[in-house]
Amino acid sequence: MKTASLSRWLMFGEWRAHYVQLLAVILAIALGVALGFSIHLINTAALNEFSAASKNLTGQSDLQVHGKQSMFDEELFPMLVQYQGVELASPVLEFDVVVPEKLENRRDHKLKVMGIDMFRATEISPDLLGVTEEGNQLDGLSDDAIFLSPAAMEWLQVERGDALQLRVGLQTITLRVAGGLVRARAGQRLAVMDIGVAQWRFEYLGLLSRIELKLAPGINHETFKVKLDDTLGEHYFVTESIEQDARVANMSRAYRVNLNMLALMALFTGTFLVFSTQALSIIRRRHQFALLRVLGMTRHQLLRQVILEGIILGIIGSLLGLAFGYAIAATAIHFLGGDLGSSFFPGVQANIHFSPLAAIIFFMVGMGVTLLGTIVPAWEAAQAKPAPALKSGGEEMAISKRSMPWFAIICLTLAMIFTQLPPVFELPIFGYLAIAQLLVGGVALMPRFAAWIFAFLMRIRGQNNSGAVATLVMARLANAPHQASIALGGVLVSFSLMVAMAIMVTSFRVSVEEWLGHVLPADLYVKAASIGDQGGFQLNEQKALADLPGFARVDFFRSLQLILDPVRPEITLMARPIDMSDPSNTIPMTDAMIASTLLPQDVIPIWVSEAMVDLYGYDVGKYVTLPVGMGSQQFFVAGVWRDYGRQFGAVQMQLTDYQTLTEDYSSNTVGLWLQPGTTASKVESVLRQLPFGDALEISWSGDIRTLSLQIFDRSFAITYLLEMVAVVIGLLGVAASFSAQTLARVKEFGMLRHIGVKRRQILALLAAEGGLLTGLGIMLGFVLGWSISLILVFIVNPQSFHWTMQMHLPWGWLTIIAAVMLVAAAITALIAGRHAISGSAVRAVREDW
Amino acid sequence: MLELRDINKAYGEQRQVLVDLSYRLKAGDYVAVMGDSGVGKSTLLNLIAGLDTPDSGEILIDGVAISSLDDDAATQLRRKDFGFVFQAFHILPHLTLVQNIALPLLLNDASFELVEQMLADVGLAGRGHDFPRQLSGGELQRVAIARALIHRPKLVLADEPTGNLDPDTAHDILMLMRQEIKANGASGIIVTHSHAAAATADYVLNLTKHGLQPATSEHSE
Repeated sequence: MKTASLSRWLMFGEWRAHYVQLLAVILAIALGVALGFSIHLINTAALNEFSAASKNLTGQSDLQVHGKQSMFDEELFPMLVQYQGVELASPVLEFDVVVPEKLENRRDHKLKVMGIDMFRATEISPDLLGVTEEGNQLDGLSDDAIFLSPAAMEWLQVERGDALQLRVGLQTITLRVAGGLVRARAGQRLAVMDIGVAQWRFEYLGLLSRIELKLAPGINHETFKVKLDDTLGEHYFVTESIEQDARVANMSRAYRVNLNMLALMALFTGTFLVFSTQALSIIRRRHQFALLRVLGMTRHQLLRQVILEGIILGIIGSLLGLAFGYAIAATAIHFLGGDLGSSFFPGVQANIHFSPLAAIIFFMVGMGVTLLGTIVPAWEAAQAKPAPALKSGGEEMAISKRSMPWFAIICLTLAMIFTQLPPVFELPIFGYLAIAQLLVGGVALMPRFAAWIFAFLMRIRGQNNSGAVATLVMARLANAPHQASIALGGVLVSFSLMVAMAIMVTSFRVSVEEWLGHVLPADLYVKAASIGDQGGFQLNEQKALADLPGFARVDFFRSLQLILDPVRPEITLMARPIDMSDPSNTIPMTDAMIASTLLPQDVIPIWVSEAMVDLYGYDVGKYVTLPVGMGSQQFFVAGVWRDYGRQFGAVQMQLTDYQTLTEDYSSNTVGLWLQPGTTASKVESVLRQLPFGDALEISWSGDIRTLSLQIFDRSFAITYLLEMVAVVIGLLGVAASFSAQTLARVKEFGMLRHIGVKRRQILALLAAEGGLLTGLGIMLGFVLGWSISLILVFIVNPQSFHWTMQMHLPWGWLTIIAAVMLVAAAITALIAGRHAISGSAVRAVREDW
Repeated sequence: MLELRDINKAYGEQRQVLVDLSYRLKAGDYVAVMGDSGVGKSTLLNLIAGLDTPDSGEILIDGVAISSLDDDAATQLRRKDFGFVFQAFHILPHLTLVQNIALPLLLNDASFELVEQMLADVGLAGRGHDFPRQLSGGELQRVAIARALIHRPKLVLADEPTGNLDPDTAHDILMLMRQEIKANGASGIIVTHSHAAAATADYVLNLTKHGLQPATSEHSE
C-alpha cells in the first residue's frame, strides 16, 4: 500500500513537472494506435460487406459448380439435378451489363445482373427473388421484367414500371422495372431476372455462370465434393462457401496487409519517440533514482516503477488511440468509401462496427510498443550504480552504453538476410522485418555515426577559432553525441520512411507511365459490351471498322476471364496480334524471354505476366495447360511481361492461335492508329456514323493514360496521409526530446549565463545543435530511406502485387521534405530552448538536480 | 554495531585508497571522520552502506557481513537500518516536503504519521506541503536530516552535510543532526573537512593511508 503511494508520488511528480513530454508520448502512441485501428476497421468493414454481398449472391447453397471459363454449357445442369445426393440444383447466370446512361463515368457504368430460376431459388437464394406487384405473381417470368435492388434503383433513378435501357454488344435493349428484391445489402447494386429471359435477352443462350447445389440431409460435404470433382473432370471446379470467402479475401489481401503495415509504421515511429523520451527522462532523473536506490529502493522496485510509468502512458495513449481510430474510420468511410479511393471493394457501402477483439489487439500493440520503448531505459536505470550516479557529469557515460554498434551491426546483417527470404503465405513478411531491422539498426548506429562525424568536424575546425557559440556547439556534439542524437530516433525513422515511400511511389508512377505508353500504342481504342461468351465485335463489324478511312492500322483484341484456381480471382487471357520477330515491340517484356527464333517447334507460345510466375509457377520455358477452346490445351511460356493492370495474373497469346483453337473470331476491343493529318473530331464522327456507332465506347490513349494516373494517385493518397502522420510523430519526438534535453541542461545554461553568454547566444547554440543534428539525421535518413525503398521496390511490391518496377528518385520532392524537416527541427529546438532559459540564471545553477 | 575488518579498496591498479582498514563502532557512537581529499572518506561511507564492495576484508553490521549480501538484501538493510545526509541535499524537486521525508517510511511500508512531528523537530512545522524550490539551502538540509532519521535507523551516514552552507546555518544543522541522532538512539558517522563540524561528534577519527586513527583532541558530550 505504502509502496503504491510512493509509486504514485514519484510518477505524478514527474508528470506534473514535464507534462509536455508526457503529452507528446501519449499523442504519439494515440496517433499510431488510431491509424492502425482505423485502417483495420475500414478494411474489415469493406471486406465484410464485400464478402457479405458476394454471399448474398450465392445464398444458402452447400456447394457451387463453376467452369474454368467464365461461362459453361447448361447441359451440365440436368446431370446435376439427378446426381445422387443432390437435393436441389439451382442454375445461375451472372454478368455485368453496360448502362448507356452512365457511360460518362468510365469507372462506374456497369450493373450486375443475376439470372436465376425463380422457383428453385426460393430454396437457395430467397433474398434474390423479385417482389412483384400484388396479384401479378407471374410477372417475374415476363420477357421484359427486371428486378432491382434499392441501391440500383437509386443509382439508375428508376422505380417500378419504368423502362430501363441496357447495352448488349452493340445493341441497346429496353426492359421494364418489375419491382424490388426481397432483400439486398445496403449499397449493393444488383438486378435480377428470370434465367431463361436473361439468357435470351442478353444473348447468353445455353450458358450458365454456376450451379448452386443443396445437398440431401446426412450427405458428407467433403466426400461428396471429392466425388463430384472426379465426375465432372478438369473443366469444372466444385467449391464451398469457405473457398468463396478465401477468393474474396485474396482479391484485396495484399492491399489490406500493405495498408495495415503502412499504418503500423506510424506506431513504429511512435516507439522510437517513446524510447527517446523515456531514455532522456531517465537520464534526467539519474540522480533521483540513485538517491532512491541509496534510500533503499531495490533494483526490481525501480525497474517496476519505470515500467509502470510506461504502462500507464501506454494505457492512456492506446485508449485514446482506439477512440480516435474509431472516429477516423467512421469519418474516412463516410467521405472516401470503404476502399479509401483504391477501388478494391467496388459497389459496397461499408459501415464501421466496433470490434472488441480488434480493439484488444490494437490496445495490446500500443501497450507493446510503449513497453518496448520503456524497457531498455528502465533496465539501465535499475542497473546503474547509485554512488557514482549521485555525482553529476556521468550522464553521457551512462547513455553511451546505448550506442551499441554490435547491436546495430546484427540488425543490419539480419536485414540483409531477410531480404533474401521468400514470402510467407504470399505476403512479404520478411521484407517488412528487413525494413524494421534496418530502421532499428540505423537508429542504434546514429550516436556512433554522430560521434565520428562531429569529432572529425571538430578536428578540422580546431585550427581556427570561430567564436564561443560555435565552439560550444561543436564540443558538445563531438564529445557528447549520444544524448543529442537520441532525440533524432523519431526523425530518422519518419524521414527514412518518407524518403522510402516517396522513392517507391515515384518509381511505381514512372514505371506505370512508361508501361501505359507501351500497352497503349494505338491512338484510340474502341470497345463494345460482350455478348455471351463472344466478344462484342463480330466479323462483319470488324470488317466495317477495318474499312474505315483515316486509319493507318486497325488491330482487334479478344480478352476473357479464366479460373485456374477456385480460391484465387480470375486471370485474364488476352489474344492480340503480336510481333513475332520481337514480341517486346508489342508487349512490355521483362528480361525473361525466349526469342521467337529459339522457340521449340510446334508449340503455341504464350507470354505471361509476372503474377502468373509467382502465383501459378508459369516460368519461362515451361509447358502449361490452359482451358482455352474445346478442352484444355498445352502452351509454351515464351516470356514474362510486366502488368500493372491485373495483379492476379494475365496471359497474352497470338490472336490467330486463339482463333484457331476456339473458332471464336469475335473481339472486345479495337486499337486504331490514325493516318497523319486525321483529326480527332473527324475520327469520332466517322466512327459514330457506323450502323453500330452509338454503341461504341471510344477512348483516346491520352485520356486512358490520364485516367489511369488519376486512379493511381487516388490510390496512393491515403499513403501520403499516413506518411505525414509519421512525420508529425517524428517531429513530436524532436519536440519532446529537445525539450527534455534543454531542461536537463538548465544548470549548464545558467552557468553560461553567469559567465556572460547572452540569452540569444544560447538560443543560437540550441538552434545550431538542432539543425546540425537534424542535418546529420537527414543524411543518414536518406541513406536508410533509399535502402528501404530498394526493399519496397524489389521485394515488398513483387511479393505483394507480383509486379516489378524500375527505381526513380524524386530529387525535388526529397529536397523539399529535407528542408521542411530541417527547419521544423531547428524551430522546435528553439522553442524548447526558449522555455529552458526563461527562468533565472541564479536559480538555475542552484538547482538541486 | 559496525565492524570493519582489514578492508582494502583500490580504483584501478594505480590508486589504492584503503589499506587493511579495521575499526569497530559501538552502538550509540557518533563519530566524525576527517582526512585529506582523495584519501577515501566517501569511499568508506559507500562501502559501509553497501553501495560499493571492498576488494578484500569484511564489513559487519550487527554481525552480518554486508559484502556477502546480494544487491536486494543490501538494499533492504540500507532501507531499514541506514539514514543518509548528503552535501548536495538531494531532495526530490517534484515532491512536497512531507513526501520527501516520508520516502523511507514508504519504502519500509511503515505508517508516516510521525512526519509532521519530524518536520516540527527540524524547525519546519507547517511547511509540509511546500516544494523544495521554496526552501533555502539550510532548510533543504533540515529536510534531508528529517528524511535520514524518520524511519529510526541504526546508523546515520553523513557526507559533508554542511559543505554547502554558511557557518551559522552549518552550526545549527550540525547541532540539530547530533540532537536528532542521539534522540533516536542511532549511531552516526559524519565525514567532513570542517573541524567545527567534527567537533559536534563524540570523537574524531583521521583517515590516512595507514588507516583510521583517533585525532589528537577528543570531544565528549
